[in-house]
This record gives sequence, structure tokens and C-alpha cells, in this order.
Amino acid sequence: MRKVRVVKKQAMEYTIISGSEKSTPKLFKLLSSILRDLFLSRELAWRLFIRDISAQYRQSLLGVFWAFFPPIITSVIFILLQSRNIISTSTINLPYPAYVLIGTTLWQIFADSVNAPLKATINAKPYIVKIFFPREALIFSAFLSVMFNVVIRMIIIIGVLIFYKIQIQWGILLAPFGIFVLVLLGIVIGILITPIGMLYSDVSTSLPIVLQLLFFATPVVYTLPEKFPFSLISIINPVSPILIATRNLITVGYIDNLLHVTIVLILTIVVFFFSLLLYRISLPILIEKLGT
Amino acid sequence: MTKPIIRIDKVSKKFCRSMRRSLYYGLLDMGSELIGRERNYLNLRKDEFWAVKDISFEVQPGETVGLIGHNGAGKTSLLRMLGGLILPDTGKININGRVQALIALGAGFNPVLTGRENIYINASLMGFSKKEINKRFDEIVSFSGLSEFLDMPVQSYSSGMVVRLGFSVAAFLEPDVLLIDEVLSVGDLAFRTKCQVRIQELKNKGVSIIIVSHNLHTISHLCPRSIALEKGKVIYDGDTESAIDIYRLSLLKTYEQYNDFIRGGTGEITIQELEILNENEEKQTIFDVGDKVKIRLYYHTNTLVKNPVFNVVIHILNSHQVTGIRTDVDGIPTGDFEGDGYVDIEFQKFNLLPNAYTFDAVIFHSDGYTFYDRKNNANHLVVRGGNEINGIAYLDHSWKIN
Repeated sequence: MRKVRVVKKQAMEYTIISGSEKSTPKLFKLLSSILRDLFLSRELAWRLFIRDISAQYRQSLLGVFWAFFPPIITSVIFILLQSRNIISTSTINLPYPAYVLIGTTLWQIFADSVNAPLKATINAKPYIVKIFFPREALIFSAFLSVMFNVVIRMIIIIGVLIFYKIQIQWGILLAPFGIFVLVLLGIVIGILITPIGMLYSDVSTSLPIVLQLLFFATPVVYTLPEKFPFSLISIINPVSPILIATRNLITVGYIDNLLHVTIVLILTIVVFFFSLLLYRISLPILIEKLGT
Repeated sequence: MTKPIIRIDKVSKKFCRSMRRSLYYGLLDMGSELIGRERNYLNLRKDEFWAVKDISFEVQPGETVGLIGHNGAGKTSLLRMLGGLILPDTGKININGRVQALIALGAGFNPVLTGRENIYINASLMGFSKKEINKRFDEIVSFSGLSEFLDMPVQSYSSGMVVRLGFSVAAFLEPDVLLIDEVLSVGDLAFRTKCQVRIQELKNKGVSIIIVSHNLHTISHLCPRSIALEKGKVIYDGDTESAIDIYRLSLLKTYEQYNDFIRGGTGEITIQELEILNENEEKQTIFDVGDKVKIRLYYHTNTLVKNPVFNVVIHILNSHQVTGIRTDVDGIPTGDFEGDGYVDIEFQKFNLLPNAYTFDAVIFHSDGYTFYDRKNNANHLVVRGGNEINGIAYLDHSWKIN
């Protein structure tokens, strides 16, 4: 296996080793170099993040409104449907609008996270093919952008809690951790699809459709079906337990699916390292195929 | 000798001609990299070719090296590998220092943001910290000459201004190794001169530089040593003058295939061959400035031809015409022709400056307009030497200093 070894004394001091010589893959070494790069690229990531945000808001009239708009519009649709009794919500012990608003906000955070890595890499295409810099900075800055939107969207959730006079519990202090896991899960999925997404446009074309389907396979606007075989959907779908747990932490202050959450969390962390590895390995190949 | 700053050891890189297949191979390669399986590095798959093949050389600290070769010779691929953008398929590259590529001027510029903001973004992408950028900010701005536009969004800059800003950022962050790809021809003449001076400054500071350019004048001006590439291989590595000669010869070789591209005419008399001879009447391709050159045009007639006009046109390779020589313009009556024979043109002093020259031959009817036969690129020669003087001709002259 060939590898790039980045020997860092200064930011860009490196040696390239490559070719067909049979060195055993030192997976752990590669991984630790990736994590170090991730850390070293924080200043660059911050600058890219500031660039994207300032460019975005300088060119926008309504600004942060666009962070609120999608979850609110989705919620309004489902609140209307529910008021006509099209959706059965008998098992929800919250006011339905509160349930939906919190659910869609959390969902939107997840969906943003899935989109972020591919979007960031595609936007960076003009210069990743020309300058060498720690590519992990792109992922890092995508993460920062997502977190920026998270902070803005907290306003919706806080507004809902106040408006519907929901009694918050100490457990809500764990909710930010739940949101972080949701973001991490989304970003990991996002990184995994990025290499193929850079090669073939089919990925970015189909992503909204897939996310739409996943939306309905997740208890965002209704509760989970508990009867077999439909209950399988929620067991396979990794988003469900995290979203349910986070919503529960916000509204009732405890979680009742700890085992399921733990499994997803561990898997997410393992796959996170794998996805970084994939990203590092695939980018030089992508750059070669994408040309100048 | 000191330790080389760049060591390239048997580096090869393959590319794929077909887009669809190239993407598919990309997918396969990522897959096999991921599971750690040995990739098939050494063999070419369908539609693949070697863009760079078994290239080895070293660069010492402070050395300036030119890379020359025609389009597709592998110069840019090699530079991209040195820049760490793509990985070689086989071989090793060792670089002991900070590399910076002057390839992407203004990379990562966001058009909505101001020049000031973009300087920081661009420099960060090149791996410089905020502190380092702050330290050089004023120099960058004054070099670019854009201080009054600094707080304007870059989208309202002219394209020349964008490139100037990009060059200024890149030129003031001092790397150990600088890779330059065809960017010395940006901006207006004054800015170009400034760029050349800046490169010279970096050279003096001991920065190692690799330059890719089609402008041989630039190369011979800046690089004592050059490497000529042809079809992904090194065909010469040494002093720039010889590298340029060899490059020109290799250019001519690829040019020969266009020989019969334009051929035609009424055909009563045809051009058999155009020979280029030295003063001893031997065939020769490489000459020095001011050598005696004889051009011999062999003809063949099918019938009696009266007063044809012979014409030889000299071109700089791939470029403009230098001169045309005609018997009618020179007032030479040619008479009747029958059978086979040849016509000679003699240049006592072939005073064209070092370059590659191609020759077209034409035989006109006596009206000087309709042609019997024409042969483009009938032959070629190279005038040897570096390009200390940028221009076309050496004019015979003498000095008198009072």
C-alpha cells in the first residue's frame, strides 16, 4: 500500500513516499497522522469557515432567516395534516406542534450534516486540484458551518419550550451532546459518500431523494410503528435512536433507549475514523481524475 | 556536495484517455487502496498511458531548474506530483522543505469578499499562519500595487488585478522550494518585470525553483540547468542551451508528420526533396549562428516546363514567417526545365538567432501565382545556442566607441 507521509516541522514540510514497494500498511500511523493534521488545520478550517459564512451573509438579504425557514415550513405542513387527523399521534404526550418543530429542527441539523462534506469538497474543487493543504481542513470547516446553523436553530427549540411552557429537566443539559452525536453521524455518512460523489454526479442528484425517504423512516413527525415488520425500520435506521433520545432529553429530560444509542454511538465513532481514512486515501485519486 | 533538497527516484504516473473509464478506475483504485490490496501499478489497463515514465533527478538547494517539453510531455504532471497534489504510481519523491506552487494564482479567492480578506484566505491555504501573513501583509499589498482597491470585493477587480493579487501573495511567502508553471506571463509588462525581479530575489535567497514555461527566453534567462521531457521521459538533463536545442529537435520530429498536409498543384514539375547542406555539401540539421547554409531543391518534370518560379519560405517553428525567397522577386530568369535536377540557394551567413526553423518549398507557374507543386515543412534546421538575445535575427554590425 502506498501512502503519503506528512512530516511536519512547519505547516507544509513533507515527504512523499509512494510506489509499488511492498511496505505493510501501517494503519495506525496513518490514522494518527490524519488526526494530527485535523488538529493542525484548525486555523485554516476556521478561516475557510469565516470565509464561507461571511460570503453567504454578505450576499443574502434575509440572512439567518434561511436557517429557520425549512424546519418551520415542514412543521407547518405536518401541523396542518395532523389537524385534519391524517396523522395519528395518539401516543405523543407533547403538544403536536412542539413535537414536530423540535423533530424537524433536529432532522434538519442531521440533513445539513450529511450534505456538508460533499458540498464543501465540491466547492473546494477549483483549488484542491491546485494547492496542497491538509484536506481535513475542509471537513473541519464543514463541521463548523453545521455547528453555526445549530446555534441559530437552537432559537427555534428554545422558542418552542417557552411557548408551550414545557417543563425542562436537568437532563436537557445532555441535549447538546445528543445534537453533537447527530451532527457527527451525519458528517460521517457525508464523508463516506464524498469520494463517489466527487466522481459521479448521481450521488449529489439522488441525495435529497434519499434523505426525504429517510425522513419518513425516522420518527420526526410521527411516532415509530411498534408492530413487526415495520418496527425493523427504526432498528436499522441509525438516525432514529439519536433523534428520539435528543428530543426526549429536551422535552422530558431522560432517555429510554440507552442501549440502542450506545450501539449507534460506538459505531459512529469507529466509522468516523474509517471515513477520515477513506477521505485521505481517495482525495489524491480524485484530484487526478478531476484534472485541473 | 550538500544534500539535495528534492530527490525524484524512478517516478512514473499513468493517465487514462477515456473519461468514463478513468472515473471507473478511480473507483477501483480507491477500493483497493482501502482494503490495502496491492494495486496493479506496473501494468497499463485499457486506455491508459504513461504520462510520466521512470523520471529521476535531484535538485540541490538554491538551484533553479527549467522543465521544457511540448504539450503532454509530462511537465505539469511532474510538477503536480512535486506539489503533493497527486501521487506517483511508482517511484519516490523526497522533498526536504516547504514547497509552494505558483500554479494556482488566487486559489480559494471568494469573489464576494474583499482583497484584504482574500489575501488571508489564500495565504492560509498555502500553509501560512496568521502571524506570518501579518508580518508580510504590507509587502504583499505594496507589491501588488492594489492598496486602494484592498477593501473592494474581488469580483469588481479586473482579471489582471486578480492575478496580480494572487501572484503577490504567493511571491511573498518564502518557501524552500518554489514550483512555477507558466505564470510568469501574467499582468502587464511592468508587472511581469517586477515578477522576474522577485524571482531573482528568491533565487538569491537560496530558494530552489523549478520552472515550467514555453517561453524559452524566460527559461534560458533564469535557469542554468534544464531538463527536457518527451512523452513522459527525460531526454536531456544538463545545461539549458543544450536542453533547448534538444527540445527543438524533438519538436521538429513531431512536426514532420505534417509534411504532406498541404500538397497539390498542377503537377507538371514536382518537388522531390529539399536538402539542407553545410559548407562541405553534407546534410546537416544543427547549425551555429552565421554558418554557411545551402538549400538544395530536387525537382522532377513530366513535360517541358517554361520559366517556373522557385520559392522557399522560412518559418520559425510553430510561429511566424521569417522570410520568403523567390526567383521572380530576385529577378532570376529560370529558363526551360526537363527531366530531373536541382536548384541551390546559398546563404553565406545564416544569421538567424537560435531557434528551430522549418522550410516550405513552392514552384509557381511563370505567372507567379498558380503553382505546380508545393511542399510545406519540406525540411527543417536548428540554430544552436541559448536565447541570451530575444529576437529573430543577428544583424551584422560593428561597434565604434568614442
